[in-house]
Amino acid sequence: MALEKPYEDVPGTTIFDSDQARIGYHLNQFCMSLMKAENRDRFHADERAYLDEWEMSEEQKQAVLDRDYNRMIALGGNIYFLAKIFSSDGLSFQYAAATMTGMSQEEYAQMMLDGGRSPEGNRYVGEKQNG
Amino acid sequence: MARVTAGVTTSHIPAIGATIDLGKTKEPYWAPLFEGYEFSKKWMSENKPDVVFLVYNDHATAFSLEIVPTFAIGCAAEFQPADEGWGPRPVPVVKGQPDLAWHVAQSVIQDDFDLTVVNKMDVDHGLTVPLSLMFGQPEEWPCTVIPFPVNVVLYPPPSGNRCYQLGKAIRKAISSFDDDLNVQVWGTGGMSHQLQGPRAGLINKAFDQDFFERLIAEPAELAKKPHVDYVREAGSEGIELVMWLIMRGAMDDDVDEVYRFYHVPASNTAVGHLILENRS
Repeated sequence: MALEKPYEDVPGTTIFDSDQARIGYHLNQFCMSLMKAENRDRFHADERAYLDEWEMSEEQKQAVLDRDYNRMIALGGNIYFLAKIFSSDGLSFQYAAATMTGMSQEEYAQMMLDGGRSPEGNRYVGEKQNG
Repeated sequence: MARVTAGVTTSHIPAIGATIDLGKTKEPYWAPLFEGYEFSKKWMSENKPDVVFLVYNDHATAFSLEIVPTFAIGCAAEFQPADEGWGPRPVPVVKGQPDLAWHVAQSVIQDDFDLTVVNKMDVDHGLTVPLSLMFGQPEEWPCTVIPFPVNVVLYPPPSGNRCYQLGKAIRKAISSFDDDLNVQVWGTGGMSHQLQGPRAGLINKAFDQDFFERLIAEPAELAKKPHVDYVREAGSEGIELVMWLIMRGAMDDDVDEVYRFYHVPASNTAVGHLILENRS
């Protein structure tokens, strides 16, 4: 019997559950390697060559090269692991979050200053999106 | 005997640590947040604990996917600030309290909470940002710290009720330790925030205010809130709030609210902070 996933109807959200963790194992472990300065240097010197040292799918590698965080999450990445990538790029959590929303950095930062994204219309899939 | 004197909750956003470390706390964006902790630093100087039992979550720092403990307790004599991808924070080494930590581990496991004992672990912003907010930038932290990481990264995290009951077991363990120690229990993380996906940036002030009220007045009822309610209402990372229930379980049923602070935003997150004292 499949495991119950009561969180699947939350829009724009991926829960890092057993299925995601299983498919994302090598992607996330690659991210962990960037906590060492010498690995960060090697990665930035030749990203493709560094990624090829890991048992990641081609899709996962391409998503990393593209810095496509939504795609990385769909392929099993977890945001706290993926944070090692944008941190090593010298970019902030707010920068990375904004890229996932389709908003510009300025629009996203302003939304946060205005009190953040409202839960109204954002609780269930199919509700009207309310930025 | 050791005793739990106070409970503290606070968010532990990494950007707060970076702002402190870079000397930018007076900038207009950040000043209101740091002003909100001025009372807390003064209160802390007058109510300095011997030990902080610090409940937090590791953010894929000490624990990769190789090992994911649901509840772990740091029993070492010291813990180094971690390199999370941009170099370690320039903060003091965290000194542990091994005698009390081992005592709590044994007692709590015998009360059916299967802790993972950790003797080698770097500590990330989840632990060091609360210390910075409450103690400022001292040469050495003014007390010892028992790090208590809780898994809220890999689903499923422990339930609110599991956390609340664990807090009670931790209280019992601390209270049975022979040395005369003043112990504070801190629950960190939260409040509403979502860091991932198209819904990133979610903030729910009404949820957060209700959480404050119920944490103080009816924690056992609040502890029944299921995981999916946190995700839906407080964002996928809002689940960190279950760690506040560990703190609350370690306090008396009736507590005095000494201080409360709430601020939006800090980066992607709603900042929440409470100081509670036991009446006895």
